[in-house]
Amino acid sequence: MTTGFTANGAYGPVKRKEDARFIRGQGTFIDDIQLKGMLHGAVLRSPLAHARIVSVDASAAEGHPRVRAVITGETLAARGLAWMPTLSHDVQAVLATDKVRFQGQEVAFVVAEDRYAARDALELISVEYEPLAPVTDPVRALAPGAPVIRDDLDGRDSNRIFDWQAGDKARTDEVFAAADVVVARDLVFPRSHPAPLETCGCVADYDQVSGHLELWVTSQAPHAHRTLFALVAGLPEHKIRIISPDIGGGFGNKVPVYPGYLCAVVGSMLAGRPVKWVEDRSENLMSTAFARDYRMRAEIAATREGRILGLRASALADHGAFNGSAQPARYPAGFFHMLTGSYDLQAAHCEVTGVYTNKAPGGVAYACSFRITEAVYLTERMVDALAIELGADPAELRMQNLIQPGQFPYTTVTGWEYDSGDYPRTLQAALTAAGYDDLRREQAQRREHGEYMGIGLSFFTEAVGAGPRKHMDILGLGMADGADLRVHPTGKAVLGISVQTQGQGHETTFAQIVAQELGISPDDVEVVHGDTDRTPFGLGTYGSRSTPVSGAAAAVVARKVRDRARIVAAAMLEASPADLEWASGRWQVRGDPERRAGIAEIAMAAHSPLELPEGVEGHLDAETVYNPPNLTYPYGAYVCVADVDPGTGSVTVRRFIAVDDCGVRINPMIVAGQIHRGLADGIGMALMQVLSFDEEGNCLGGSFMDYLLPTAVECPAWELGQTVTPSPHHPIGAKGVGESATVGSPAAVVNAVIDALRPFGVTHIDMPMTPANVWLAVHGASSGDHVA
Amino acid sequence: MRQITVTVNGEAHAREVEPRLLLIHFLRDELGLTGSHWGCDTSNCGACVVWLDEVPVKSCTVLAVMADGHRVRTVEGLAVGGRLDPVQVGFSECHGLQCGFCTPGMMMTARWLLDRSPDPSPAEIREALSGQVCRCTGYENIVRSVRWAAEHGAGGHEPGEHSGAATGSVPA
Amino acid sequence: MQVPAQVEYEQAASVEHALDLLARSGPEARILAGGHSLIPMMKLRLAQPETLIDINGLSELAFLEVTGDELRIGALTRHAGLLAAAGAGEHFPILHDAERVIADPVVREWGTIGGSLCQADPSEDLSAVFAALRATMVIRHPAGIRTVPAREFFTGPYETVVAPGEILTEIRVAIRPGGGSSYQKVGRRVGDWPVGAAGAALWLDGDVISGTGIGLTAVGARHFVAAEAEEFLRGRPATEENFGRAGQIAAENCQPVSDQRGPAEYKRHLASELTTRALRAALRRAAPRRAGGQRRPGDG
Repeated sequence: MTTGFTANGAYGPVKRKEDARFIRGQGTFIDDIQLKGMLHGAVLRSPLAHARIVSVDASAAEGHPRVRAVITGETLAARGLAWMPTLSHDVQAVLATDKVRFQGQEVAFVVAEDRYAARDALELISVEYEPLAPVTDPVRALAPGAPVIRDDLDGRDSNRIFDWQAGDKARTDEVFAAADVVVARDLVFPRSHPAPLETCGCVADYDQVSGHLELWVTSQAPHAHRTLFALVAGLPEHKIRIISPDIGGGFGNKVPVYPGYLCAVVGSMLAGRPVKWVEDRSENLMSTAFARDYRMRAEIAATREGRILGLRASALADHGAFNGSAQPARYPAGFFHMLTGSYDLQAAHCEVTGVYTNKAPGGVAYACSFRITEAVYLTERMVDALAIELGADPAELRMQNLIQPGQFPYTTVTGWEYDSGDYPRTLQAALTAAGYDDLRREQAQRREHGEYMGIGLSFFTEAVGAGPRKHMDILGLGMADGADLRVHPTGKAVLGISVQTQGQGHETTFAQIVAQELGISPDDVEVVHGDTDRTPFGLGTYGSRSTPVSGAAAAVVARKVRDRARIVAAAMLEASPADLEWASGRWQVRGDPERRAGIAEIAMAAHSPLELPEGVEGHLDAETVYNPPNLTYPYGAYVCVADVDPGTGSVTVRRFIAVDDCGVRINPMIVAGQIHRGLADGIGMALMQVLSFDEEGNCLGGSFMDYLLPTAVECPAWELGQTVTPSPHHPIGAKGVGESATVGSPAAVVNAVIDALRPFGVTHIDMPMTPANVWLAVHGASSGDHVA
Repeated sequence: MRQITVTVNGEAHAREVEPRLLLIHFLRDELGLTGSHWGCDTSNCGACVVWLDEVPVKSCTVLAVMADGHRVRTVEGLAVGGRLDPVQVGFSECHGLQCGFCTPGMMMTARWLLDRSPDPSPAEIREALSGQVCRCTGYENIVRSVRWAAEHGAGGHEPGEHSGAATGSVPA
Repeated sequence: MQVPAQVEYEQAASVEHALDLLARSGPEARILAGGHSLIPMMKLRLAQPETLIDINGLSELAFLEVTGDELRIGALTRHAGLLAAAGAGEHFPILHDAERVIADPVVREWGTIGGSLCQADPSEDLSAVFAALRATMVIRHPAGIRTVPAREFFTGPYETVVAPGEILTEIRVAIRPGGGSSYQKVGRRVGDWPVGAAGAALWLDGDVISGTGIGLTAVGARHFVAAEAEEFLRGRPATEENFGRAGQIAAENCQPVSDQRGPAEYKRHLASELTTRALRAALRRAAPRRAGGQRRPGDG
């Protein structure tokens, strides 16, 4: 097996422990769970986007010989479970009782002996709908006279959910009024979907005698889900056990609690047997947490010499039929006010209006760091728009305006305190790796031959690792995470963590963190996660928070063990703890390195009859809760090179250079893999991924035939580089990285395509830049503006 | 119901099945071979790829009855005689997987590719895998994993062994 | 996961047996070949046949051969089989152009030529290809065989002349010297159905076009054919100008509809652009030494 422990410590490109089971097909994903007597559930969904429910007749389905229960909204209403709270202090229908509000909404739930019969029985339920006018456009949703989607809410007479703003409006207006140059753009970040390859699902097993609920569920946040199920289902929390098995990708999609989970729980209560429910792909795309869907008006102000002074933005945020957005409660637009980006600005202001529409609920999902994706896209598109206006080189313009290393910690005009960075060094590294000047020369030469290549840049700063408890909570749960560490007598360790891997390799990385602190091999650390009965409380994995929060907890708890080991070692070595120093993974007597003890020897001693000082109880086990003092601020510089065929609008991404700074890299192999993933997201969002709707509210992206995901062919061989600026407040100097590339890459791809098409006068194309959209942009702009 | 016999990973399995039963469900639910996954319903994602006789198929789009009298090979049959296939080792060596959900299908297609084209270029590998979606890796490390397998030829390996050392048998 | 509704299943032992099963099973029976069009429709329950007649065992329909001056393709030939057939690609590069961009390598191993054609999806690539090649479809019925020109095979979206009780068994393409062909497709991604595509076959007599076939996919061309553009080219010199004009004529005579792949305006443009590109590439293949024009994006 692998050995990850070297003279340089436990950090490094250690092969993953997880792989052994996955390469043999021995992972345990949700649909692999088989319990004795298990039944299968299926959801009947609304074909209409907006309609009043006149009646639901389930009698024929109930008569199906293999059906064991049919649950309707009325069944749930009788138990007070027809509605559930969302993560944004709204409510969402579990099964519709009054109206359906989006296509694909849950209307009834069948429990049957097998999955085929469950599906068959759905066709036996007849629902009479009275169609209502649907609203899928957020602008129309706000217009006077628009149908009120949420008439279930008392006193609600419009579709406006919230108005929120950040920054100093008056100061920003002053800066804009005095600026030499102001450039404006309308930008759409279209609705997208995380589409993990494994869909969402669960197996609910309710014991009618003991009142215990065991729920295997595709959850990125098992502990938060336990509390939510207690609140929603009215079950005592100590009788709920959530088990999140191997998760086939999450990306934010597996943060919310979905109606199907609750239906499976109720189904298990009614049938007295375990119930499995796993959604199909269309259900996943049409009803679970989407992302983005921001319509933005953005302005950038600068001097004629290219000094960027301010940013101003307003956005319409389409949240769908229920406000199910998952983010810290005090930030209804997430961290969109990160829109000042990586630049030293005088002022910025943004205002966001949240809107209900007849579309699926959600809003923050998909590796977006709570809407920093939208913010970075806006900023980096606007810097390029300014470059066009000024006739400036986009790389030089960025270099001219980046926050300088000496300015950290840097407080932005919208209130963030960036912890660390050396932005110019990172940008320069990316430009050098790309061969930027050569690329510009090649571009000029190709244009002479009628070939159109573009070079697109993006520089992003993220805020990840939510977050300080006093500022950040979800449904009142502060965003701190626990860790516990048991060290067995032979020195082998078991770390319990609150976060949940969906592929990030926690079993390896977290073992490395502990191993590094204790001077043992990562092979000697078992990481336990995903089972609320076996792990400490914490808020889970999303928003790139595993390493910044839970990783910190792991380091801190390991240091607690190490401190305790020091006392035991002192007793072993007959020295005072103060005389010991930690060196090369051992406690040794200062000035007498022959007298030393490693963790394994100390652990055995800690469990032995060795006499310990007064008040020391023995053993080495420890636990902690980590409340982050600030977020961490990873950043990066990306360069995309794309070729565009203006005759067809087809785009080929030829190269992508990504230089990331995420502080200390615990396992650089895993970090690189995470970045690769996000870069593919950038290709996908920029070129093909979109959930669109027609006027009737029909979802046009309800399968992988129409919701297109990038394949190996669209993705180039990624070219990665790195700089390392440790986070000053994180115990091991690490910053989150899981979402960096998703956040940073879309703008680079879009900027590259627009750069390619500059000879046609193209100044903006909205995502996704499908062949049609690119060709339309060329065609629309080419009249009179073609300078090639 | 219809009586079928399918030889899966060398072992004959006789079952009575509904004609509509999909091959992926036959493998997973009837035989308990859960290594093959399904991800999309529409034959776009490739998580369900297994071999039917000598060629890869998307088993979410094949009926179990169509496999009657045929051979099926799944990820559970990739290791032979307790020795991991070089493709399996390559995926571990080169970090070709993260969540592991697409991995079995990717490996089955990769094995098929290498049997036909033992020294494929990265572009050939990308083309061969273009009917399969991975949401975690951005594909680059999958390409490297397949290349690793090409360079390390036949024979069983244990992940983490020094490259080329084809020794030792491991429990499959 | 989506699952099909209940269905009966029969395995055909021969074409005669399949015809017999079709006759006995009534109009709600469907032939099951690769199943990569039919089974997804069944899972969505958009198709609910009463009986499936599996012809995958009929090796008599899985052939691909050049007989005299004809290429004969058995209906059960897999896409991968056609793509791997060097002879077919040599005579008709358009076949390999198209097969390279149909679905993906795994689907191509199992999906069949006959199945694709009988599905008659307006976005299906081979319909335009065989229309461009003026192929002949061979249809078996209980009393014997009948042949239908490819251009008369498709009667509408998802509709062909194959009647209940009949089976498409073979596609024949006449081999004529002095020709070249090409298929040009634009999709949103590899493996995607086309936003638009055009196939062209060209035969030359000196510099003059003696024969041509132009097929269009997914742009609302009647019978998948750009008949007016073909008419225009016949007897005219094979010049860039005439190819451009033929593209325009093709575009003027199709009726694309807007959908999430693109608006009608764009698809009409593709009909023109891709027709011109396909003609250009076909010419290069017909007479490699003649191709003196400068290379443009999309040539290939």
